[in-house]
Amino acid sequence: MTESAAAEVAPNSGRFLRPERVKEATLLGIIALSVVVFAFLIDGYLSGRFFNRVTTSVVIVTLLAAAQALVIFSRNIDLSVGSMVGVAAYLTGDFLAATGQGPIVAMLVAMVVGAVLGSVNGLLVAFGGVPAIIVTLGTLALFRTLLSIYSEGANVLAGDLPPWVLEFNNVTLFTIAGFDVRLVFVMAVLVVLALQFALARLRWGRRIYAIGSNPAAAVQTGLPTASLIFWSFVGSGALAGLAGFMFMARAGTISATAGAGLELESVAAAVVGGVSILGGSGTMVGAFLGAIFIDTLKLSLVRVPEVSEFWRDAFLGILILAAVILDTLLRNRFNRRWSAEARKAMESTGRTAVGMARAAGGGGTADA
Amino acid sequence: MRDWASKHRWESLLLVVLLATILVNVSLSPFYLGFGNFVNLFWLSIEKVIVVVVMTFVIINGEIDLSVASVMGFSAAVTATLYDGGQVPFALAIVIGITAGAIAGLLQGLVITRFGLPSLVVTLAGLIGFRGAARVLLEDRSVGDFPEWFESIGQRTLVGPFPVALILFFVGLALAWVILERSAFGRKVYVIGNSADVARFSGIEVGSVKLRLFIASGTVAGLAGILFAARVGAVQGTLGETYELDIITMVLLGGVSIFGGSGSMLGVVLALFTVLNIRNGLGLANIDGITQTGVIGLLLIGSVLVPNLAQKYRLRRPRAEAVAHGPP
Repeated sequence: MTESAAAEVAPNSGRFLRPERVKEATLLGIIALSVVVFAFLIDGYLSGRFFNRVTTSVVIVTLLAAAQALVIFSRNIDLSVGSMVGVAAYLTGDFLAATGQGPIVAMLVAMVVGAVLGSVNGLLVAFGGVPAIIVTLGTLALFRTLLSIYSEGANVLAGDLPPWVLEFNNVTLFTIAGFDVRLVFVMAVLVVLALQFALARLRWGRRIYAIGSNPAAAVQTGLPTASLIFWSFVGSGALAGLAGFMFMARAGTISATAGAGLELESVAAAVVGGVSILGGSGTMVGAFLGAIFIDTLKLSLVRVPEVSEFWRDAFLGILILAAVILDTLLRNRFNRRWSAEARKAMESTGRTAVGMARAAGGGGTADA
Repeated sequence: MRDWASKHRWESLLLVVLLATILVNVSLSPFYLGFGNFVNLFWLSIEKVIVVVVMTFVIINGEIDLSVASVMGFSAAVTATLYDGGQVPFALAIVIGITAGAIAGLLQGLVITRFGLPSLVVTLAGLIGFRGAARVLLEDRSVGDFPEWFESIGQRTLVGPFPVALILFFVGLALAWVILERSAFGRKVYVIGNSADVARFSGIEVGSVKLRLFIASGTVAGLAGILFAARVGAVQGTLGETYELDIITMVLLGGVSIFGGSGSMLGVVLALFTVLNIRNGLGLANIDGITQTGVIGLLLIGSVLVPNLAQKYRLRRPRAEAVAHGPP
């Protein structure tokens, strides 16, 4: 079946209220609501300064949520992103301390380091036949070990880096009423939009979703599943590498434990953003919103005077759970309504409609 | 013997690795085979090994529990907070702490079974949330000064030369072995792991089995948190952080399929011995903790990769091969 034919039969493509859109809109609503609540609780919350802090801080989680979503879409997972961030940040910092190169070269170095590490994961998963969770659980430890051996316990010091590094986070493209639009944030947004486009419109992207919603069927249709999975891990590694660059630019001084624990945060952001852990459903924009939600909460909760900083994670756990339960309830509701619509169409019209309704019903279940 | 080896390919592989490790370790240190070292081996990671046993059930059942380390911290924090207030006798505080772990497991199990959510997601939220709860209770404090009997609970010998913690582990292990491989409940755990739909159509109460496993997981994690507190003599909000990865690694290394439905207690016990011995040996050779973890990561990947590749190259030979690792 060609792509255009697939698009014509796809039952939900013509609908305005597709489940992804509803999920994204709901999350956007929740983010807006929490901002309003925080504005009441915290004096001077809605200031340019806070906006600037969130938009700079969210960049790393955004890139990692994107890296995570890319592999989760094909029903895999990458638990090694935190270690990849550490290795990329350290090696890039080391490279800059030695050569004093500019930002573009540094970004490329970080992404290549990430892509190489990602290709190790990809090789083992796609061609070695080892489940992704086992591979990346192993490389989570392994990459960290290699970094610790390489670093010999020494840190990359902020003082050794070229001066542009520590300014990088504050580069502002333009300012609207005290709200700075920072370069790093624009970069993250562009990455998300590019990936969203590629996954929604390009053949490569649709195939990734196809693998995730039914791996066996994808193989039987003749899709090059192994190479698609391999390249999605390489892409995920490159994104983690870019996040490593951002980490280095923000931290300045980098130890061998840099980025530890980020793997779980990236999974949390993707999942809150409506990316199904079972693969085949979710969007990059959703993952981005998930990252924004988690980061906004983290940065806001510490400023609520009534709440001690120690409440942060407890709240976060509850909110993640609430977001996922809401998502499931919402999806069930949509599926039920659509299958009811299909049934009605089947009853009111003749035989041709039966075929269409069947297609719609089938599409509905494949979506779930 | 050969028959056993072909039926238990995974276990045989682990046995070879384990024997090799022990040989290397013996050559490194003459004290290695001493009884004291054997006891130490377990006592120094008692909080991990008891959770490994229950995690085996959860993963064979086709689920996962990422929250165990946080529940360990949560239970220990509950106990420490009650005791530190001085209002509650210590033994009662321990009971309440372990109960808190059971409730943590119950809550997560309810969400998983009632809403049909993936356990990976729910227990990830649990990982963050219960760690948060532990931090809420203890903030930056470190609670110590426990009664003397508590701090010596692990080393004190109970029967002959065997200390309490070791007996606890081996009795628990024997019990788990019987339940998993010799009881109707254990059978159900395997069937659900293979196909929850088939299990449901066969009249197995899938939700109830899963719920009981998550309660067990929370309870044992709670107990592990208390034992950890006894071992180090102090409780902080960060107690046990990141242990979940170590625990899951040991289970998977034991040949339990991450997709559920297959695996054996024997494999997990061998994996457990192997990991403890490798860490012990690398420790004797003055190799630091991070590198030890890396070696175990390598072993984890290799243990799945090598048999896979071997099978790929043998594939030309037409032979029907069952790849089940579970008990026959």
